[in-house]
Amino acid sequence: MTQIVQSFFNLAILKAAFGFLMKGFGMTILLCLTVIPLGLAGGLTVALLSTVKNRVIRWLVIVYTDFFRAFPPLVLLIFIYFGVPFIGIDLPPFIAVALGFLLNNSSYYGEVFRAGIESIPRGQAEAARSTGLTRLQTMAYVIVPQATRNVIPDLISNTLEVVKLTSIASVVALPELLYAARQAQAVTYNATPILAAGFVYLICLWPVVRLLSRFEHKSISLH
Amino acid sequence: MLHRFLFSYFNREVMAQYLPKIIEGFFLTIQLAAAVVVTGILTGLLLALIRSFRVRVINFAIVLFVDVLRALPPLVIIIIFYFALPTIGIRMSGFVATWLSLSLVLTAFSEEIFWAGILAVPKGQWEAARSTGLTFIQTLQSVVLPQAVRITIPPLTNRTIAITKGTALGAVVAVPEILFQAQAGLTFSYNPSPLTLGAIAYLVLFFPVVYFGRWIETRFAWKR
Repeated sequence: MTQIVQSFFNLAILKAAFGFLMKGFGMTILLCLTVIPLGLAGGLTVALLSTVKNRVIRWLVIVYTDFFRAFPPLVLLIFIYFGVPFIGIDLPPFIAVALGFLLNNSSYYGEVFRAGIESIPRGQAEAARSTGLTRLQTMAYVIVPQATRNVIPDLISNTLEVVKLTSIASVVALPELLYAARQAQAVTYNATPILAAGFVYLICLWPVVRLLSRFEHKSISLH
Repeated sequence: MLHRFLFSYFNREVMAQYLPKIIEGFFLTIQLAAAVVVTGILTGLLLALIRSFRVRVINFAIVLFVDVLRALPPLVIIIIFYFALPTIGIRMSGFVATWLSLSLVLTAFSEEIFWAGILAVPKGQWEAARSTGLTFIQTLQSVVLPQAVRITIPPLTNRTIAITKGTALGAVVAVPEILFQAQAGLTFSYNPSPLTLGAIAYLVLFFPVVYFGRWIETRFAWKR
């Protein structure tokens, strides 16, 4: 028991590593504030492209989406960070992570927005067009606002996954929360910093999980 | 420029040299993924069934377990198992750490999905089934579960694909799966062609799964 407390909940170590961990936490927040808006914008673009008349574009969107559904994000990140420099393009970790997340998340958010757009009856677009709105105006003022509202639970659920996924940035030495925790563990020979990082994720994301759980129990039904 | 691109990413010599390693990794990834899917979904179903007995203390524990595993990033869980547990004397291989972590995460997500499915079956069906003389277990088995499983299949498939892709996280704890082999190849040859091979291996493995998922979605969509 004392060994568990010594190794996992060591207050002296926590005190020493606290500032370092909080710096990492700050980086995680900065990363989230970068990749979530980028992903949402990319996803909306992907979804809008899937509604155009041009078949080639629609087909490309499907290929893009399926590609990233099949491709593990960590593999993508490793490819960008360790693979791309070989043709002479050196990317700093933050840019590499942002780029990887943009590519990956655009496909996931794109699927969510597409489902939302498909949930709006055709008549709405026809009515809007017949009042003289252009195609773009119809999308911007009529379809997208309703579509977004219909998929809010899925958007939140996807965003939760994105926040959790930022932890893989530690693999390319971006000093976010998990990376800071592992550094602190390496220096102190003690697991407390890692457990502490886990607690930080837990405290931040638990409310979101509770909220989603409520949505889910309501949304699945037989009728 | 094109020459340099081909030399870097599609270097035949390097590819030929590391292909056997990538294939080894490919089969290990399949084993790991299969182990995670079987363990995660069966345990998730079991927990959802236990939850349907509505024993307060047990259900509280299940919800707590599910919430924690949904809130923690899988990589953090893997790292706790592999790097933190040994400090209190619990040692496991990278394979076991990754399998256990991803299985627990899939258990949590699938339990939630199965439970939502069970809740979706109207109360009247329970009552009707019980009033015809079926026992609680019989009702669950013959009336509730068949319907619940059917509506849970699309969300469950998507979630399972997403979590199975997490096997790549095993590379961080030295599981010699595809990504690990590809990175090792990159380090030894100083050429990223093994990464290309690894990327192709993932696509070969997961493209069919993604298409299967899409087919399932359309197949079950109208029933919802």
